[in-house]
Amino acid sequence: MQNLTQTIQAIPLNHYILLSAIIFSIGVIGVLVRRNAIVIFMSVELMLNAVNLLLTAFSVYRGDAAGQVFVFFIMALAAAEVAIGLAIIVMIYRNTNSIDINVLNRLKW
Amino acid sequence: MSIFFAILVITAKNPVHSILYLILTFFTFTIHYILLNAQFLAIVNFIVYMGAILVLFLYTLMLINLNKEAEPVKSNLVKIAATIGGICFLATIMGSLRALNPSNPVVLQDPNLGLVKNLGKVLFNEFLLPFEVSSILLLSAMVGAVLLATKESKPAA
Repeated sequence: MQNLTQTIQAIPLNHYILLSAIIFSIGVIGVLVRRNAIVIFMSVELMLNAVNLLLTAFSVYRGDAAGQVFVFFIMALAAAEVAIGLAIIVMIYRNTNSIDINVLNRLKW
Repeated sequence: MSIFFAILVITAKNPVHSILYLILTFFTFTIHYILLNAQFLAIVNFIVYMGAILVLFLYTLMLINLNKEAEPVKSNLVKIAATIGGICFLATIMGSLRALNPSNPVVLQDPNLGLVKNLGKVLFNEFLLPFEVSSILLLSAMVGAVLLATKESKPAA
């Protein structure tokens, strides 16, 4: 068991950066490709999670607890953001009967 | 493991099943936190993300039953352009990463770094003010969400 833990924790830092970058770009692609507002929100969540994972990896790498505290704050912020965003989506749906993002293009300018 | 991840998230692009795939993705994130010995974060991730946020998503999806209307498809050109843009972004990060030296492995110096006791000490000593501010943020978000969600029904009732 100790050996397994040692092996797992010998992952290079680069792999964590790479994983987070991949997941972040998947989130970006999701935001750009989809038009469903809920799926766009989920992609934003994905990006936030990638950043969280990277912060934790750096925190463990440096032996500094401040990074993990920061991740905790990001999680609180994400919860608040999702609550507000979903409330807005529900309101938009009530007004326009669709959650297509393109309905909102009259918000331009 | 990383490849498994990425494939899982890409399949999350498909239909309304994507929320379920997102739950799986967050679960693998929790496993990553445990592997990093950040137990407090693992627990918080498990409860907040997989418990609260995903239930919130599912509930909204249920409230807005969008099953009958198929999602309007974007034109293929936009889709391809978006994918290329994302891949370019990824390639930029990977290129800059390759320019760096190969890094040291992530070794846990302090075995009780991510435990609740240690994190609590840091949280309530150095980060007391941000903690209180975030609590105010959560409170205002709660009030705002309730206000937004009930604004329409009040004149009707």
